[in-house]
Amino acid sequence: MFRNQYDTDVTTWSPAGRLFQVEYAMEAVKQGSAAIGLRSKTHVVLACVNKSNSELSSHQKKIFKVDDHIGVAIAGLTADGRVLSRYMRSECINYSYTYESPLPVGRLVVQLADKAQVCTQRSWKRPYGVGLLVAGLDESGAHLYYNCPSGNYFEYQAFAIGSRSQAAKTYLERRFQNFNDSSREDLIKDALVATRESLQGDKLRSSVCTVAVVGVGEPFHILDQETVQRLIDTFEIVKEEEGPLAEPEQATEQAAPTDQGGAENQGGSPMDI
Amino acid sequence: MTKKHANWSPYDNNGGSCVAIAGADYCVIAADTRMSTGYNILTRDYSKISQLADKAVMASSGFQADVKALQKALSAKHLIYQHQHNKQMSCPAMAQLLSNTLYYKRFFPYYAFNVLGGLDNEGKGCVFTYDAVGSYERVGYSAQGSGSTLIIPFLDNQLKSPSPLLLPAKDAVTPLSETEAIDLVKTVFASATERDIYTGDKVEIVILNASGMRREYMELRKD
Amino acid sequence: MERVADSQRTLYPYVTGTSVVAIKYKDGILMAADMGGSYGSTLRYKSVERIKPIGKHSLLGASGEISDFQEILRYLDELILYDNMWDDGNSLGPKEVHNYLTRVMYNRRNKFNPLWNALVLGGIKNGQKYLGMVNMIGINFEDNHVATGLGNHLTRPILRDEWHENLTFEEGVKLLEKCMRVLLYRDRSAVNKIQISKITDEGATLFPPFSLKTYWEFSSFKNPTAGAEGSW
Repeated sequence: MFRNQYDTDVTTWSPAGRLFQVEYAMEAVKQGSAAIGLRSKTHVVLACVNKSNSELSSHQKKIFKVDDHIGVAIAGLTADGRVLSRYMRSECINYSYTYESPLPVGRLVVQLADKAQVCTQRSWKRPYGVGLLVAGLDESGAHLYYNCPSGNYFEYQAFAIGSRSQAAKTYLERRFQNFNDSSREDLIKDALVATRESLQGDKLRSSVCTVAVVGVGEPFHILDQETVQRLIDTFEIVKEEEGPLAEPEQATEQAAPTDQGGAENQGGSPMDI
Repeated sequence: MTKKHANWSPYDNNGGSCVAIAGADYCVIAADTRMSTGYNILTRDYSKISQLADKAVMASSGFQADVKALQKALSAKHLIYQHQHNKQMSCPAMAQLLSNTLYYKRFFPYYAFNVLGGLDNEGKGCVFTYDAVGSYERVGYSAQGSGSTLIIPFLDNQLKSPSPLLLPAKDAVTPLSETEAIDLVKTVFASATERDIYTGDKVEIVILNASGMRREYMELRKD
Repeated sequence: MERVADSQRTLYPYVTGTSVVAIKYKDGILMAADMGGSYGSTLRYKSVERIKPIGKHSLLGASGEISDFQEILRYLDELILYDNMWDDGNSLGPKEVHNYLTRVMYNRRNKFNPLWNALVLGGIKNGQKYLGMVNMIGINFEDNHVATGLGNHLTRPILRDEWHENLTFEEGVKLLEKCMRVLLYRDRSAVNKIQISKITDEGATLFPPFSLKTYWEFSSFKNPTAGAEGSW
């Protein structure tokens, strides 16, 4: 397990300018089951893959309502995700107590990112091991953000995180240009197809995914299972529309843990995403 | 400064009357919309009614700033409850929460006089009536606020509820139909407005039943 | 409850401003106040600005303790500064500012250390007009027209008679002038130097101070003690 002398605590830099503990936390995000988000001008849809640890157990909840106008989907350590969504809920309640109006999504995301950042600069803390897709609506429109354990955050038209999310990302990358003018139904359809991509051959059923929507005139809510199954059936996503996509994700997943502290295996800055 | 100043008070009474009546399958909650201070009318259209949950509605009179703070505290707590339990709070649960919230400020009380009306888990109408520091009781009907002294005897006379001392306990809900209860509420407010200067302008009536919630308004004397 | 040692609290005001009157009109909000600052019954200051724009969408008018009002302005300056610093296309509108002020006023009364004011907050954001009031103990409400202090006694009956949703700017100013004239005649701490300001979707405008034409030559004004028996 021991990699090198620069990864034993969060606050130690490697000579190559990296913070290994933070990168390990980002690895945790990749281990969690996939979460997907996409947005139009008026709506944001979140979807996630439900994986249970054993045949005998149920799966963990991966999509949380934060407020009527904000929700999150998480990948990584679910326990950390719950803590962060509780923080976000309380920020929303406090803001609307003071101003009687909803907290702008972008501001919540910055507060969340700042909270994650603190954990990358304190010797007695550990970074959160969870990535959050934050979906929300405010006076400047619909938003989708990705929040990373490093304290970085990015705004997206569509994004996927978690294990085997590369296939979903590839699908979204092919189609994202149309999303801005998509209808609510088309967004949900694309969310379901993207989810299926990340299932890697497994059949898409309502029992293995959760879908949530927020939009103009529609407070954030998680669709119930029957609704999701009905949508899957009407969109006929069950049958393979096109051949399963290649899976380049597998390669990076394997490569990262054997990395020896150099920057050889990744081109860009490791902190981007 | 040797001049004697009137002592500043953190409280005011903004007046107003609140009434709630529970029936077998409905609940009517009503309050006037006048807000006063002393002989001044501040506004003629201020709602004293707050929907705390799907099936729990509170009408409050007293000091408006405290009432507002109380409503905000309860809605915030109800939001947290919904996050934690994935459901709306029941009316009896809200009743207990309201009591605890009032008692929490026992030594610097919310100057708020509340009636909480709603439907219980069986769908039966319920009314809870409070004092400012949180003691409460489930009843069949109640009135609070500046016109309550005029309204309560009227309701006692019209509703003839069974004595709470009877054993075995009798149901407290009123025998009236929903429309009769609404008419009774309109009558008591029209009457209270005649003699109570703090009640008037308009009465807001909220009706809760199996099909949901609806609102009615009736104009009252404006003098 | 109150000790001399810890009486760093406003128990009574020093320099006070009198009524503020504000109305909704067709395009936004109009607000009027005079510029007097009274030290008890002494007219101590004659050019106090008691109406200020807050952010892009709001106007704040205050009666009561002038120093407390200026403190509130400092709070709001900071609030708006931090709001602007996000630079994200979101901004606090009149409703948000009014609610914030309500919380500030109520929290101070809870500490038995009130800000001795009655505040009027008017504004418009995205075509949505807003007009509300808060006082030193946290009582707050919205209405189509509001007035603080003696204005509530003397001018709101006029406003209730004559106000309507579609007042033009000229009609609105005329109505406010009528109110201010009544106050000038009957409120002993009112002075004849008045500011009117408006706020519309285009922003706030504070008009330069002006005086009202008055007429004091009514015969019953002339010798007010005539017929009143007195020892001197």
